[in-house]
Amino acid sequence: MSSALLYAGAGMGLLLVGVWALVLRAHLLRKVLAINVMGSGAFLLLVGAGAMGGGPVDPVPQAMVITGIVVSISATALALALVLRIAYATGKAALPEDRERDLMDREGR
Amino acid sequence: MNPGLLFDAVLVTVLLWVAWAALASRDLFRGIVLFIAFGLVLSMGWVRLGAPDVALAEAAIGAGIAGALLLATWARLPGKTEERPGDDLEGQERDHEQR
Amino acid sequence: MSSASRPPGEPGLLLRAVLALLLLAAAAGVALALVAGQVAPGLSGAVAAALPDSGASNPVTAVLLNFRGYDTLLEMAVLTAAVVGVWSLGPAPRIRETEPSPVLLGMNSVLIPLAPLICAYLLWAGSSRPGGAFQAGAVLAAAGVLFIISGRRPAVHLPAAPMSWGIVAGLGVFLAVALAVMPGGRELLEYPRGLAGALILLVETAATVSIALILAGLFIGGRPEDEP
Repeated sequence: MSSALLYAGAGMGLLLVGVWALVLRAHLLRKVLAINVMGSGAFLLLVGAGAMGGGPVDPVPQAMVITGIVVSISATALALALVLRIAYATGKAALPEDRERDLMDREGR
Repeated sequence: MNPGLLFDAVLVTVLLWVAWAALASRDLFRGIVLFIAFGLVLSMGWVRLGAPDVALAEAAIGAGIAGALLLATWARLPGKTEERPGDDLEGQERDHEQR
Repeated sequence: MSSASRPPGEPGLLLRAVLALLLLAAAAGVALALVAGQVAPGLSGAVAAALPDSGASNPVTAVLLNFRGYDTLLEMAVLTAAVVGVWSLGPAPRIRETEPSPVLLGMNSVLIPLAPLICAYLLWAGSSRPGGAFQAGAVLAAAGVLFIISGRRPAVHLPAAPMSWGIVAGLGVFLAVALAVMPGGRELLEYPRGLAGALILLVETAATVSIALILAGLFIGGRPEDEP
């Protein structure tokens, strides 16, 4: 078992945790966190799988991941601005079908 | 088991645990802070994978700027409880530390 | 938790079970592909072979700015689109004019002057060592964020127009360079050999300034006040 495989497996795990929280948590900020964790998992899977061959580390997945990190921060920022709009318009930072739910967050509903 | 692989195993365990804690915690503020910690642990993982460029980007953007954005959004969410004195970002952080 | 005691709207046991099954199936598929799949040789050999002509000795920078320049060009477009999207949602929320804590001000007076130095180092180091435009821009943006949360206004009143120009400068310079190399029968983004290093540095410098302004503009969370 190599450490590259270990990190690729961890990326898979992060992807699962992220999807789980994205579906089941109601607060929109939490969903944004979940999408970010999913993205990190995908990046780790990409670079980890690319490093499994041994030898020098492949720079192409690394460059793609740097691009991905920057794209994900811009998507996150846009999503957060939209979350604020929803929260100001409806009084609750949740999707319409989740309005009835307890957001399970002591702060900021 | 060689020490490098052992370190990687511990790092991966911590990474998954922090991600789970950030997404499953009841307190949203705690979740955001844990997410920032997640970014920093992940950037250590990038160093271990031999990708220092990605580690720099992750620490600066994934942990730093994303954390600032999330905290600012959290502070601007409407409908906070009345006893919080400042509705500016910094006042809330200070308030949180005192509890 | 039984269905009778569950609050309205909570996801049911069935949804959780189906989701868990789907995720486990996906995990099993990826694990199988990782363990049993063929290990491809990867592209490190091809990148190393083309590196001397790329204008950068850090392979990641060479891939980002030269071999896969399209990615980075479109990434700048995505960043610009994101800031346009955030600004179009409305004016920036006001930051309350409270007296910032002395700790923050003291930290700012140390960190903010240091940030341009670190930014310049990362930008310059990017061609041969870990670093580059994105990391450098993020460090500069962090200084901007620290300045914004301190609630202080700049001593000189800055109109928002230079910020808009700075935001599009990265994309504009990149696009101009990509098109300017085309006469002489070259493809889009195909830098001439001797000039590659200088062109990459030019693109990276413009991108750094733009990324810093874009990230700070995203942090503001809306259109600056005196923007039309």
